[in-house]
Amino acid sequence: MAQVKLDRLRKLYPNGFEALTPTSFEIHDGEFVVLVGPSGCGKSTLLRMIAGLEDISEGTLHIGDRMVNTVDPADRDIAMVFQNYALYPHMTVRRNIGYGLKNRKIAQDVIDSKVRDAAQMLNLTELLDRKPSQLSGGQRQRVAMGRAVVRDPALFLFDEPLSNLDAKLRHQMRIEIKALQRRLGVTSVYVTHDQVEAMTMADRIIVLNAGRIEQIGTPADIYHAPASTFVASFMGAPPMNLLDGHCADGTVTLGEGFALGTSTDTSTRKITVGIRPEDVELGGAGAVPFHVDIIEELGAHRLLHGRLADQAFTVHIPKDQHASTGEMPITLPEPALRLFDAETGRAL
Amino acid sequence: MTEANPAAMAATAATPATRHRRRLRSGDILDHAVLIAGALFMLLPLLMVLQMTTVPDVEVIKTGPTLTIGDQLDENFEKAMFEASGFSGENTGVRMLINSFILGIGFAVGKIVIGMMAAYAIVYFRLRFATLAFWIIFTTLLLPLEVRILPSYEVVQKLGMLNSFQGLIIPLIASATATFFFRQFFRSVPEELVEAARIDGAGPVKFFIDILVPLSKTMVAAMFIIMFVYGWNQYLWPTMITTDEDMFTLVRGIKQITQVMEGNRIPEYGRANLLAIIAIVPPVFVVIFFQSWFVKGLTESDK
Ligand SMILES: Nc1ncnc2c1ncn2[C@@H]1O[C@H](COP(=O)(O)OP(=O)(O)OP(=O)(O)O)[C@@H](O)[C@H]1O
Ligand SMILES: [Mg+2]
Repeated sequence: MAQVKLDRLRKLYPNGFEALTPTSFEIHDGEFVVLVGPSGCGKSTLLRMIAGLEDISEGTLHIGDRMVNTVDPADRDIAMVFQNYALYPHMTVRRNIGYGLKNRKIAQDVIDSKVRDAAQMLNLTELLDRKPSQLSGGQRQRVAMGRAVVRDPALFLFDEPLSNLDAKLRHQMRIEIKALQRRLGVTSVYVTHDQVEAMTMADRIIVLNAGRIEQIGTPADIYHAPASTFVASFMGAPPMNLLDGHCADGTVTLGEGFALGTSTDTSTRKITVGIRPEDVELGGAGAVPFHVDIIEELGAHRLLHGRLADQAFTVHIPKDQHASTGEMPITLPEPALRLFDAETGRAL
Repeated sequence: MTEANPAAMAATAATPATRHRRRLRSGDILDHAVLIAGALFMLLPLLMVLQMTTVPDVEVIKTGPTLTIGDQLDENFEKAMFEASGFSGENTGVRMLINSFILGIGFAVGKIVIGMMAAYAIVYFRLRFATLAFWIIFTTLLLPLEVRILPSYEVVQKLGMLNSFQGLIIPLIASATATFFFRQFFRSVPEELVEAARIDGAGPVKFFIDILVPLSKTMVAAMFIIMFVYGWNQYLWPTMITTDEDMFTLVRGIKQITQVMEGNRIPEYGRANLLAIIAIVPPVFVVIFFQSWFVKGLTESDK
């Protein structure tokens, strides 16, 4: 069990590419932190720096009380689960799980009992004598988990462990991993580009973009109070609606002059107005016309895609609410509006 | 790789086959005719040689290959395997067979070991001139033994390794083929596997022995087939390095037998021909044995 502390950690690849700008944050003991961001934003780079698989160009990294910048991955007291499982193909499940212990010169009978416990915990007992090629994707994933769990490390690192599984299995494994982490109380860093995984699993989410941290916060914070238009459009499916507008004399207007509300900011400037599709209300006083083009039926609810003030807009409605294509009045409740600077994209 | 249920697969494959049996038949006949013709074409010379080992040597000179099968096979076999053909009385067929095995196996094992280790160093270690080293090794592919045979001979001779197995094998081992193939193979091993092993605390030696070598099983089998046959069939090099008759390999020794053309003696064709056939057998078995292993390895392991 350990906390992790990054202090101005920076990564320059040998070709001069800065994959991670100086980044600082702390992960508390027992916390489940999810790193999320689009492809190529540096999530894996950051995780691999924590694991010791990638050199640290600048800054310091502490795991527990120890500065581990130059410590070998094997000695950092971590375990990592890889996207492609990285099981040793020629070893049985039993040997795969026990290999790390064997290299640490632990007595064979201790290894056996630890492997048995880990297998029990992950429902792998019947599969112990199979080779990885004789397992399904989900089972392989569990073996990879077993290999991490059996070592009883201070820190779990996951690099998109579920992205090779089908949707249903992904959902199930998501819950299993989270439950396991809760039970063991091991500090975890989990990389994903799937914002649903991030929302459901994390104690705290770190949103990365182009090697920079956009926002750190609880899932609720990230969802309801995004720090930038990037976070607003990345998190949530469908993402937050973002509309061009402007702000003058404390009044926020949209396109050709739909006044939306007031702002404490009295300066005159272009802004971006954000609202979650589910926060939009149908009808009401001071309604603005929304033109519905497509209705997406999702069973539990429906999504109306169309245009508002000539800009793409999506509304989320419950399943029992009537809707049809064409013109439709909607209200954007003021408390649900999020305002961003149009130039920098930062929240106002 | 997913495990296919063989029974289910056979069942699905059988249904269309039975339905189309009539239509497929003419195609089948043609296929088989081509295959049989090809097999005969390859086998006939061998069968002719075999026939000639069963008749007296005089017959061979008089009539050449015929369709009659003689009664000399036993005698020729006796002579080929156990009677010395030279002056010192040491190069019996058995002796030559053993020598050939030592050369073939030593050559194959040596090449595989050296090739794997060189490839391991090139692929997995941040050596300063790894790429350069690799390309230098690679260009030696353009310099086969025949090109460097005189200097190689000189070196072996100066080291006093003439007429020894070291002299026979070591200069042949250093070559690029195995290194090249193992390099390509190691590069295809996923990076994640290396990283998982690092986190699992496997150092360079452990990783090589515990993971890379077992993973290379199929590659080793393939290399062994190629290299064993290649080593077994060496002719020029053994001819230069070995002058002692008890060091002769089969391929080199057969020539010796047909060469004795002194006085009115007829070369011992039957014996030489039989030895030629015996010389084919071990490579064929190596191919058959390792091939099944090779295929098994290919289908079982997925990296
Ligand atoms: N060895 C390298 N040399 C130079 N640049 C690299 C190297 N490895 C990665 N990069 C670059 O660093 C950036 C971050 O890569 P990284 O693998 O961390 O992305 P990621 O966020 O994990 O993306 P994904 O979701 O696709 O896995 C990418 O733009 C990538 O091109
Ligand atoms: Mg990645």
